[in-house]
Amino acid sequence: MLSENVIEKLRILTESAKYDVSCSSSGTVRKGKPGMVGNTVGGVGICHSFADDGRCISLLKIMLTNYCMYDCAYCINRRSNDIRRATLAVHELEEIVMEFYRRNYIEGLFLSSGVVRNPDYTMERLTAIVRDLRTVHRFNGYIHLKAIPGASQELLNEAGRYADRMSVNIEIPKEESLKALAPEKDHRSVFQPMHLIQQGVLENKEDRGKLRNVPRFVPAGQSTQMIVGATADTDRDILTMSSSLYAEPTMRRVYYSGYVSVNTYDQRLPVLKQPPLVRENRLYQADWLLRFYGFNVQEIVDDRHEQLDLDIDPKLAWALRHPEYFPVDINTAAYEQILRVPGIGTRSAALIVSSRRFGRVTSAHLRKMGVVMKKAKYFITCRELNAGYNDRIMGVNEIPAAVLRQRLLSPAVQKQLAAEQQGTLDLGIE
Amino acid sequence: MLIYLFDNTFDGLLTAVFDAFFRHDEPGQLLTGGDALPLFADEVHEVKTDENKAGRVWAGLEKRLRENELRMITISWLSEDKNLNWPLFRYVCKVFHAPQDEACRIVQNFADEDVLTVTRIAEKVTHEAHRMLQFVRFQKAKDGTYLGVVSPDYNVLPLATDHFRDRFGDQPWLLYDAGRRYGFYYDTRSLHRIVFDGDENFDLRDGSLQGDMLAEDEMLFQNLWRTYFKAICIKERINPKKQAGDMPRRYWRYMTEMQKKPGSV
Ligand code: SF4
Repeated sequence: MLSENVIEKLRILTESAKYDVSCSSSGTVRKGKPGMVGNTVGGVGICHSFADDGRCISLLKIMLTNYCMYDCAYCINRRSNDIRRATLAVHELEEIVMEFYRRNYIEGLFLSSGVVRNPDYTMERLTAIVRDLRTVHRFNGYIHLKAIPGASQELLNEAGRYADRMSVNIEIPKEESLKALAPEKDHRSVFQPMHLIQQGVLENKEDRGKLRNVPRFVPAGQSTQMIVGATADTDRDILTMSSSLYAEPTMRRVYYSGYVSVNTYDQRLPVLKQPPLVRENRLYQADWLLRFYGFNVQEIVDDRHEQLDLDIDPKLAWALRHPEYFPVDINTAAYEQILRVPGIGTRSAALIVSSRRFGRVTSAHLRKMGVVMKKAKYFITCRELNAGYNDRIMGVNEIPAAVLRQRLLSPAVQKQLAAEQQGTLDLGIE
Repeated sequence: MLIYLFDNTFDGLLTAVFDAFFRHDEPGQLLTGGDALPLFADEVHEVKTDENKAGRVWAGLEKRLRENELRMITISWLSEDKNLNWPLFRYVCKVFHAPQDEACRIVQNFADEDVLTVTRIAEKVTHEAHRMLQFVRFQKAKDGTYLGVVSPDYNVLPLATDHFRDRFGDQPWLLYDAGRRYGFYYDTRSLHRIVFDGDENFDLRDGSLQGDMLAEDEMLFQNLWRTYFKAICIKERINPKKQAGDMPRRYWRYMTEMQKKPGSV
């Protein structure tokens, strides 16, 4: 039976864990097993709720303890902060996970911890919990476990047998910026555990090829996160790092976390009224272009465009820089080319390619398939494109890019720009 | 124009298809008893639902379509949406008009209005079925049964039970549709469709069980969950619009974390 003070501990340890944005339960399909509780559904996972900040709640995201011997400037839990500290007893945490899971509150657990005593000691306590969950509580749901930098290979190897996903956060893309804010860390301390986990996965694959019944090792791969806006690092620095991480076979997701000014007293950090939410959103869009749209990172950011355009999405920005690529003929172009048209997503691109085998696809069809014609019409040709419009549509090659860009700004941005010109903008809002 | 009238059942719709082929009809509309007949209805054929005829049409579909598309048809039907009837009728007719080996190709043509409508409605139903997996909240009763009450727009419980069986195979649960007033009870071995003889022993408006029927620690875990829900929010990022977009308000009243209960903090 849990005591009432566990409510207070849960609150403290949740507030300490919430700045880690990853919460997804994606990447593993595992059916229920007799004698066990739970399964995992794969795909993008299941979000069980959405907090008042609109973020998905899929896993119980919590720290085992928020005591920490390190002093990373951007972190709420740094040792020099005077905050309430707590540690959950192992049985308390395990019971909460199981009871939450059985009520369909969560998909599983995302467990991290401040570093106490030393990395191995900390990692060992985390490992003991996931081992218990699997072997004593027979928990077959999702587990995401933080790897503590500096922990031994043996511990990581054991933890990986029970976890679906493991992660180590890079936090800051450029090493010199990281060292300035977290003197006890460097890139090596992050990349080494990443590397060890990857090695574990690859070796496990080989073993499973030879012997059946070898349990899977970190089947949902790794993820990591970078903080956005705590340092001067550019979008180019960030996305270049993401792109090289995605080249690794076990890296599934890179998360971007708009910096929330938690430690305003620290002179090394900017004081932001608001986390940079628009920038964070643009980075996610660029990340999608890398993963699902066949873009490479130099197409999105380069010497002349080190920061993403905040007013338009990165795909539209790319299209406006490359009028020579257009117009794309909807009825003949390859899937990959159609994907590059602003206003057409992966879903509508697939519908187009599937449907045009039966006859020519018209602009009326496109609209019904969910294409955003307001954008797409400047970049495509298809039968009767001009039907339904009063004036003939001029394409991207006939309108100067700057004019078209202006025309395609969202109404909200247009309003904001107008307000800015009048000098009346309230900078507090997005 | 020739009007077909049917009883708004799935078998009825399939029988209508059977009749149209058997009688070489080309009806201009498929209506149900409750619909108003158009003024220009000069001829009405009343479809008499016939399990046997319906079965033959279904068997024909099974020959022509793949598993996925068959499933899409049954899923679309769970929408209970009257706007589905006519497009679905025409969709099925088209499948039979096409040469047999062409049939599974024509249903890929999303430029066809009927294909697109049926697909879209099926997608909406599938989407809401997924929302059950997301938003159902179970309360533990004294006898160990986990009760989850919902009130979905579409009749989606049948699409959710497999998931909960697989996930919670070792616990008895009751998943209940408060709007349609029926549910599925799983006793850790098999699944039973149930309706209550009299009133349900929980509140249909928010699904809550009475205090004395709850398991001893149920309120503690509800409070822990509400505490977690509040604590995980970053207040600098408050975004009620996104929250309501991803988790529509109509589901909130059955969700533990959105309910105000004494003792919550
Ligand atoms: S090691 Fe982790 S918990 Fe500790 S201060 Fe650094 S970021 Fe925070």
